[in-house]
Amino acid sequence: MKLIFEKGAPGQRLSLLPPCDVPEVSLSQPRTDPLDLPHVSETELTRHYTALAKRVHGVNDGFYPLGSCTMKYNPKINEDMAALPGFAQVHPLQPAETAQGCLEVYAEAEKLLCEITGMDGMTFQPAAGAHGEFTGLLLIKAYHTHRQDTARTKIIVPDSAHGTNPASAVMAGYTVVNIPSGADGCVDVEALRAAVGPDTAGLMLTNPNTVGIFDKNILEITKIVHEAGGLCYYDGANLNAVMGVVRPGDMGFDVIHLNLHKTFSTPHGGGGPGSGAVGCKAILKPFLPGPMVEARDGGWQLVQPEHSIGRVKSFYGNFTVVVKALTYILTLGRTGIPEAAKNAVLNANYMMKRLSEKYAMAYSGPCMHEFVMTLEDLHHETGISAMDIAKGLLDHGIHPPTMYFPLIVHEALMIEPTETESQETMDEVCSVFLELWELAHTNPQALHDAPTKTPVRRLDEVGAARNPVLRYTKK
Amino acid sequence: MGTYVPNTLEQQEAMLAAVGAKSFQDFYAGVPQAMLVESLRLPEGLSELEVRQKVSAMAAKNRVYGTVLRGAGAYRHFIPAVVKSVVSREELVTAYTPYQAEISQGILQSIFEYQTMICALTGMEVSNASVYDGATAAAEAIAMCRDRKRNKAYVSACADPNTIQTMQTYCFGSGMALEILPEKDGRTDLEAVKNLGPDAACVYIQQPNYYGNMEDAKAIGGAAHAAGAKYIMGCNPIALAVMETPAACGADVAVGEAQPLGLDIAFGGPYLGYMAATKAMFRKLPGRIVGQTRDVDGNVGYVLTLTAREQHIRREKASSNICSNQALCAFTAGVYMSAMGSEGLRQAAVNSMSKAHYFAGELEKIGLKRVHGGEFFHEFATACANPEKVLQALDENNILGGLPIGDGTILWCVTELVSKDELDRAAAIIKEVR
Repeated sequence: MKLIFEKGAPGQRLSLLPPCDVPEVSLSQPRTDPLDLPHVSETELTRHYTALAKRVHGVNDGFYPLGSCTMKYNPKINEDMAALPGFAQVHPLQPAETAQGCLEVYAEAEKLLCEITGMDGMTFQPAAGAHGEFTGLLLIKAYHTHRQDTARTKIIVPDSAHGTNPASAVMAGYTVVNIPSGADGCVDVEALRAAVGPDTAGLMLTNPNTVGIFDKNILEITKIVHEAGGLCYYDGANLNAVMGVVRPGDMGFDVIHLNLHKTFSTPHGGGGPGSGAVGCKAILKPFLPGPMVEARDGGWQLVQPEHSIGRVKSFYGNFTVVVKALTYILTLGRTGIPEAAKNAVLNANYMMKRLSEKYAMAYSGPCMHEFVMTLEDLHHETGISAMDIAKGLLDHGIHPPTMYFPLIVHEALMIEPTETESQETMDEVCSVFLELWELAHTNPQALHDAPTKTPVRRLDEVGAARNPVLRYTKK
Repeated sequence: MGTYVPNTLEQQEAMLAAVGAKSFQDFYAGVPQAMLVESLRLPEGLSELEVRQKVSAMAAKNRVYGTVLRGAGAYRHFIPAVVKSVVSREELVTAYTPYQAEISQGILQSIFEYQTMICALTGMEVSNASVYDGATAAAEAIAMCRDRKRNKAYVSACADPNTIQTMQTYCFGSGMALEILPEKDGRTDLEAVKNLGPDAACVYIQQPNYYGNMEDAKAIGGAAHAAGAKYIMGCNPIALAVMETPAACGADVAVGEAQPLGLDIAFGGPYLGYMAATKAMFRKLPGRIVGQTRDVDGNVGYVLTLTAREQHIRREKASSNICSNQALCAFTAGVYMSAMGSEGLRQAAVNSMSKAHYFAGELEKIGLKRVHGGEFFHEFATACANPEKVLQALDENNILGGLPIGDGTILWCVTELVSKDELDRAAAIIKEVR
């Protein structure tokens, strides 16, 4: 498909702005480089983007079982609410008394999400999960620094963690201590005990973890870290399995981030914007990024926390994403929140059970909201890898599961159906998975060749990295 | 209660039986039982109609001004109808990060086009796929310039305070030193840039700066390079249609807040951080980058590339922790730039700047004089004997006035959205109360 730069012709344009109604002025040192933006008519423009949209697989295009990504249905009402002019047209630096509705959104979302997570305060400034991790780790750093406990330079991260965890720890100035997982995929408690010490600043943990198992030793784990003087960080990527059922705050975590774009149904936008809200216990509240929303004099005000780490971004966060998440929480309410979690877990167990018929599970069940299959044996027997099965799914209109993660499982496919999929859909998808298993044995070449029905077929990623072409240049 | 669970209770029962569970509780057998929540203290769920009423009531508590004369990092510009129409398509809104390239060509191609447009605007050679906003783009840019011997970043006092504060927070994390270059008559003091130490990793300035003033960007870049430091410019993307590009000014990295390119002011977000660099620096860019390649049949296609810089591959050795970015906002900016075209964007820039100059002239006539000399783009600071009274009077007339920035100074902004009549009216109101 042509690039937009290759369409239209010089002189083609839209009629958008009136002539200037005041005398025109110009800079003494104007732009001298030519400016080559597209030149298309409105018809050409809209057709181009419609064509691009058709080459995208959205949540409504079919099953989307990306493990650890929680690709649940994105309710339409959320979008409507975020687009209200009363939100979309409010300037971030308006006087607080003229933006009380926006501040109420933040205050209300904070209250409800603190109840769901067992936290005492929450900032919505971080724009994404990794940004939340960085923020949370800075809270830990500020806490230790404030206590003049400056020898704590290490963050412990299990080897099953998301890559963002160690990367965030380094950005916060910490050294990463990787600890191996046990045979059950959970934290090796003895390894943890051996790793903690006076240099431990904290532990980062996902629970349920990235293999889809709730760590039954969680209280002991957080206790070990606390007794060593460290704090416990909860990566909220997998909260969907337990929201309304069990709270990170009750597990012993001091600080958490949520991915509102996973658990709380706001859309992923092809990679963003998300929202990485960070919640914390009272001991960390004085360090939160500012400003925070507080009730004062019968209204909402923006207030700087006493020992704030500062800001992590302009203004207050991805505001309209928070509007969407709040709309969702208000819709589900007290019983809908745990209902969603429980059905997410049921759906995962249902698919796990059906796929166990042929596929090898990395860990025996039951699972939480996701499970990991290992295709190592299949690969040995047939030469068909996790990648090949994934590409085979594409020809059936199914988005593949997360591939090759977590790193501790070989030939991993990680499946998270979410609660918004019906039994009917899952039955159909399981049949496709089982068909592909058969195909791996009967006609493996067909899977090596897959996909064949997609707009493009397997792409040369090595070539792309070796000879980077990162923008269009006019021929 | 509202729900998005499709399976009926009967289906749920059947599925529980199929997996050999008696109830949902079986799944949570591994959870310490004392920890289980009996009931959350949340309100009961609501129907769609009730939610709509409740959330709309919150929106109704906000003031939406008919005329906005305030910028300071968030700019209300004209947004063509095609932008919202295109960007609201549900495939684009709901898709995940395009890791499965074969079914994500639309997203990938749009990012490739966006990268090309950012390169066109800035004159730089390589752009990434976006970061969270202009402030984090600036903070990431200074981290790109750090090396073993050079650990200090210099930021102009005339940069947006949000940007400076975000840099400070990032530096608290990384341990990089940050020093503020002093201001002189509303601009970066060039003499200070000429006296950087041997540990200077980079110099960051904003163009036009926080006060709307044009910096002597070439001279500052020259001084930074003379000290062996890298040069980073944070540029308003609409101003780039008429001002010298960061590439022409010698920048090694160009960043900025791209909210003006078709995004709502939306109480501060989501916005869009753009980042572009020279060829020599591009491997240090954080975040996702899309590259062109071919498929097994030889057809042109696009993939996420150079991923060896990123956290999911490099973990603790990654150049940044960024994963999710602002993809849909980058898509929006791409549609906006395509709709405006070179001429439309230039017109938006010229109209904004011209109207700001007209308004500055009108204000001067009634005694609100600019506090700085020299050239400015679409923002300018004036003295004002009684800012509160002036802003109050404008407010009563449905006009959001400039931002009071202390010392009896107001920072005004005019974009192409504001007509001459509105400016005359605002000036008349101010004249009455100043």
